[in-house]
Amino acid sequence: MGPFLARRLWQSLLLLAIVSAIGFAILHLAPGGPMSQFAQSAQMTQEDLDRISRELGLDRPLPVQYLDWLRRMLTGDWGRSYRDNAPVWSVIASHLRATFELMAASTLIAMLLGCAIGILGAIRRYSIFDMAATVGAMIALSIPTFWFGLIAIYLFSVELGWLPAGNRQTIGDGSLLDVLHHMIAPVMVLALVETAVWARFTRAAVLDVIGQDYIRTARAKGVPERAVLGRHALRNALLPLITLAGLQFPTLLGGALVTETVFTWPGMGRLFLDSIEYRDYPVVMGILMLSALMVLIGSLMADMLYAVADPRIRLG
Amino acid sequence: MSADVFPLPIETEGLARKSAWTRFRRHRLAMAGAAIIFVLALACFLGPALLPFDETHIDVMQRFAPPLAGAHLLGTDELGRDMLARLMMGGRISLGIGFAAMAIAIAIGTGVGMVAGYHGGAIGSALMRFVDAILCFPTIFLLLALAALVKPGLISMVLLIAATSWMNVARIVEAQIKVLRDQDYAVAARSFGASHLRVMLRELLPNAMAPIVVAATLNVARAILLESYVSFLGYGIQPPTASWGNMLNNAQIYLTSAPWLAILPGAAITLAVTSFNFTGDGLRDALDPRMDIR
Repeated sequence: MGPFLARRLWQSLLLLAIVSAIGFAILHLAPGGPMSQFAQSAQMTQEDLDRISRELGLDRPLPVQYLDWLRRMLTGDWGRSYRDNAPVWSVIASHLRATFELMAASTLIAMLLGCAIGILGAIRRYSIFDMAATVGAMIALSIPTFWFGLIAIYLFSVELGWLPAGNRQTIGDGSLLDVLHHMIAPVMVLALVETAVWARFTRAAVLDVIGQDYIRTARAKGVPERAVLGRHALRNALLPLITLAGLQFPTLLGGALVTETVFTWPGMGRLFLDSIEYRDYPVVMGILMLSALMVLIGSLMADMLYAVADPRIRLG
Repeated sequence: MSADVFPLPIETEGLARKSAWTRFRRHRLAMAGAAIIFVLALACFLGPALLPFDETHIDVMQRFAPPLAGAHLLGTDELGRDMLARLMMGGRISLGIGFAAMAIAIAIGTGVGMVAGYHGGAIGSALMRFVDAILCFPTIFLLLALAALVKPGLISMVLLIAATSWMNVARIVEAQIKVLRDQDYAVAARSFGASHLRVMLRELLPNAMAPIVVAATLNVARAILLESYVSFLGYGIQPPTASWGNMLNNAQIYLTSAPWLAILPGAAITLAVTSFNFTGDGLRDALDPRMDIR
């Protein structure tokens, strides 16, 4: 497994370099580039702009600027927000927790529910339950997340009055129960797509394993069906599925962005949209780079977990 | 997915003789999906001509008319515009963007995938690492960041969605071409003196069509969804032009008083996207070479 890991790490570093180059390119594509904030101010004369440009080092050749920018990113200096001049990193960090709460809760629900649906569907293949689950999963994957959020608000907040229509807590309350109450709707919305993905992958994985020779051998030996499924089939089918958690990361982050918007949830997605609204490019870039970095780490961890779960990988 | 142990020998007998079309027709959900797409497209492109209302006609006396009551079949919006007419015109935009973005994404993805898969080596791996790198950015984040940089409009929307959707196609095509280029017929064509371009376009591409067609169908679904996200968030198609996404833009404010403003466009998006996804699933089953047991 050593060489495999070393190769994957090396590949990830290479990817990180390309990712950062793409990020740097997008930043410089911004109208007026990193100078746009100063150019908008009316009191600025051309001399002022030139002076700032020199002070920020924007008159240097692009490769030099890129390396300098990369060095700063790596040392944690992600620039300052145009909005309140706070360091980008601390702005983002203050929004991370809300997003992770949402993502962790919905992933947990989706894993349990999705695996259960997938296993049942695979065992009772082509049953009414399996058909309904297959169709349901496809529809869940096709619903725009924000629209499902709107429908949830309409049903549970407007019509039934059971759940709050948004925010993370009631102002002045903020007890654990209150926070949990606010979490139900956004977690449910975010978990819908996730559950569908887990159910589809689990069903396929279990069906794949059930078709293998060693399952037939186990049955032929007279192993009870429960033990065939529990000890032989499910263990082998579900273990590699842990990688799905890593690979689903980009979709989950994108879903969180939209869900947070609908439910005015104060997380990273909400921050991203607000920053776009204010043309706060340093923060936009920071979130873009951070999310790509997390995706990269997610897929690296997925690979490592897979290598642990499946001993055959060690040959590679 | 391997088939069940026991029914396999029985099923293969029939499969061998059946064409892809026969197999697709047996996939009832896919057939339903294709039929719904046809009806939706027909309604959106011919429907507005049959309606007595113009989608931009503002009737302040008829604001927030509920559906199925009065002259407006699906009610009116906050400016008294006919919802059905707006849904049809919005459908033209949303479906149009879906198809246009798909076509461009397929063209770029196929091109990049073919070059990378055919040549391999340094060029191939450089191209594919570039694909991997873009895939690291969550699509919606990347799309919104880019959308905020350009002037929103129909063409920029199509281009941006295509720019963030071609990578999966490139991966699929690259994997296909890599296998196909070493097949006997490709080697034979080259030994007869066919140019690389000719081998790629005349020998390899036709044999890689099946997964490309499936990817194209699923890509339309994805493009419609992406358009709705970006327009809902206000960075896509701008009013007064209607799209299914931007019709939902204001709907959240009127959720209490006029829920149909939110329900109808979202239902249209879900119906269209589900139909494309089912069609793509059916096509995959029908065209999957692993099902072709000879």
